[in-house]
Amino acid sequence: MKRFLGFVRKEFLHIFRDIRTMIILFGIPVIQILLFGFVVSTDLKNAPIAFLDLSKDEITQKLSDKICSSGFFRKGETLLNYNDIDKVLRKNKIKAVIIFEKDFGRKLISEGKAALSIITDGSEPNMATLITNYITAIVSDFNREMVATQAAGTLLVQPEVRMFYNPSLKGHFMFVPGVITLIMTLICALMTSITITREKEFGTMEVLLVSPLKPVQILLGKVAPYFLLSFIDIILILLLSWLVFGLPVKGSLLLMLAECMLYILMSLSLGILISTVAKTMQQAIFMSLVGMMLPTILLSGFIFPLENMAKIYGWVAAIFPPKYLIVVIKNIMIKGTGFPYVWKETLIVIAFTLVFLGLSIKNFKIRLG
Amino acid sequence: MRTILYLIRKEFLQIFRDKFIGKAIFIVPIVQMLLLVPAVTFEIKNVDLCLIDRDMTAESRKLVNQLAGSSFFKVRATTFSEEEANSLLHRGKCNLVLQIPSGFGKETGKGNPGRIFVSVNAINAVNAQLSWAYLNGVIRDYNMNIIAENVGSGNPGFVPQIQVTNRYWYNELLNYKYYMLPGVLGILVLAIGFILAGLNLVKEKETGTIEQINVTPVKKYHFIIAKMVPFLVIGLIDLAIGLIIGKLTFNIPFEGSIAILFLSSTIFLIAVLGLALFLSTFSNTQQQFMFTAFFFIIIFILMSGVFTPLESMPVWAQKFDLINPAAYVMRINRMVMLKGSTFQDISKDIYSLIVISIAFTALAVNRYRKTA
Repeated sequence: MKRFLGFVRKEFLHIFRDIRTMIILFGIPVIQILLFGFVVSTDLKNAPIAFLDLSKDEITQKLSDKICSSGFFRKGETLLNYNDIDKVLRKNKIKAVIIFEKDFGRKLISEGKAALSIITDGSEPNMATLITNYITAIVSDFNREMVATQAAGTLLVQPEVRMFYNPSLKGHFMFVPGVITLIMTLICALMTSITITREKEFGTMEVLLVSPLKPVQILLGKVAPYFLLSFIDIILILLLSWLVFGLPVKGSLLLMLAECMLYILMSLSLGILISTVAKTMQQAIFMSLVGMMLPTILLSGFIFPLENMAKIYGWVAAIFPPKYLIVVIKNIMIKGTGFPYVWKETLIVIAFTLVFLGLSIKNFKIRLG
Repeated sequence: MRTILYLIRKEFLQIFRDKFIGKAIFIVPIVQMLLLVPAVTFEIKNVDLCLIDRDMTAESRKLVNQLAGSSFFKVRATTFSEEEANSLLHRGKCNLVLQIPSGFGKETGKGNPGRIFVSVNAINAVNAQLSWAYLNGVIRDYNMNIIAENVGSGNPGFVPQIQVTNRYWYNELLNYKYYMLPGVLGILVLAIGFILAGLNLVKEKETGTIEQINVTPVKKYHFIIAKMVPFLVIGLIDLAIGLIIGKLTFNIPFEGSIAILFLSSTIFLIAVLGLALFLSTFSNTQQQFMFTAFFFIIIFILMSGVFTPLESMPVWAQKFDLINPAAYVMRINRMVMLKGSTFQDISKDIYSLIVISIAFTALAVNRYRKTA
């Protein structure tokens, strides 16, 4: 035991001595949380749109002003003819073009019908849908105001909406669980796999293996500091999300930390598994960073919701652990639900851990060459 | 010149001597593209709806039918208990609860507003907004019908109605694969180039082999160029493979010129590799560099507008994107591939990329010290 503690101490010294890595280790979560909180958002804000007003009357003027004063859109160029549309869209200066037909106002008043078309840049489908929906809503609002003066007394269905769990529709609710998961998955797996392959690559593994320490103790000693570091990272993220975004852990903090610790164990065993397969640090980095970064971001429900995925890909996503942690965090942190809601995910993470550890033990070679 | 060629040859040998890396740099992007591009979508196929209809009149049923008739809403449960509905929302069994209070039918269109209550699971703000927008669309139609009926009966005139039609250009059916592929391809090229090039240089430092180069008369810029070229070639091959996969598997349209795409990607890669080599001079171990790389890659990707709109970012962040090579290339990739943008359309971006790539490379050459 004393030997083991000494070894753990050596590992700690090894890591904490490297100030630069420490700064980055704690800097990554901070920067990511702040980036998502203040910079990156999926909201529609100030999208530049252009008008092709073939009518130029009072009504089109009013309607364009209404659209532009909504805060969602900002008036870009004014177009003169149809050929301009392709030009501005291709230059990416404009996200959508609104076309008022000729004699728009006159037709609306005298014939009761006037046509407005929206052309959206479909190369960004999500934006395109949002823009179209928002403009349609604004136009029909405008329309209703006009009608209301005419058909007074007709009052309509008014929906009252309540956004559950996230009343102001903040993106924080998605990205805080996302960032925790991204960091837990990548940093833990990366760090463990690298420290172990490093010993292999430099031949110092041999030194460790001939020492009286058992292989299990060596591995434990290697992962212990990273376990602690990741745990500090989680606390840091939770503190930030509470202090900066006012997003506390709604459910049991203890359960939340326990689930995170379990997940860290899973990531660490994945790292060990990678290190038993990789021969050099470059290979380990390639596997854990290039191989896992994109699937972690894209298949975890971090930015893109999993429910929308086609069935087959849902199954593919099921073999990547990150999605389970996201479900757990969302439940405990945001909905405030307890263990009965997350036991399935917990079991799955435990299963992953056991599989990774089992495979690592099978692959781990005590002898070199 | 001959020195550079020899050095480049050495680098290639060194990279492909590692059989795993030699294969992985081509296989990993292929697998990820095949897997991720079709998987990811923002498109909502259906919203699971829970219905509380306390009214049970012809009017409320009409609204419900209109909802159920639209392809987005699937009525998963009908209940009279608010608690049960909330618990369904809690457990994620439905994402939207629609409550029609009693008296709805009596009031609607008779001078009082007919109220309905909607609860949306908004943990995912984007999804919530979209389903809310769809629901609103249905209600809008319903309202318009009432107006038409009311006005039609009371007053033989007409209702002025603005008829909105819309079209999505360049991607008529809003196929998400068209959107994802250029982005994912850009990320993969960025990550592979950045990580491999930087690691390569740091590894020479860590194992001490850099000394052997330092004592030769090889010039600083020789060395940096020789470190860049192999990864430039690998990145471009990955790009070509990605485009072929896109064409064959996903039938991605290719409106613009392939030459422009490769030209811009080449400049982009030079910028990325220059930056990677510059940063690698600050690291002594591969581990250090890897964290630096992780840090920068994540920032570059998230701020590049690849998954989120650039216009929604604060102004200072948009300014930062002036030196973010990823922001340029994501934009250019989509513009050239989907919209068929010409060189004139993107010339400003290309020139900026050129400036960035020269600056980063110059920094790398300048920072690299031949003395220990």
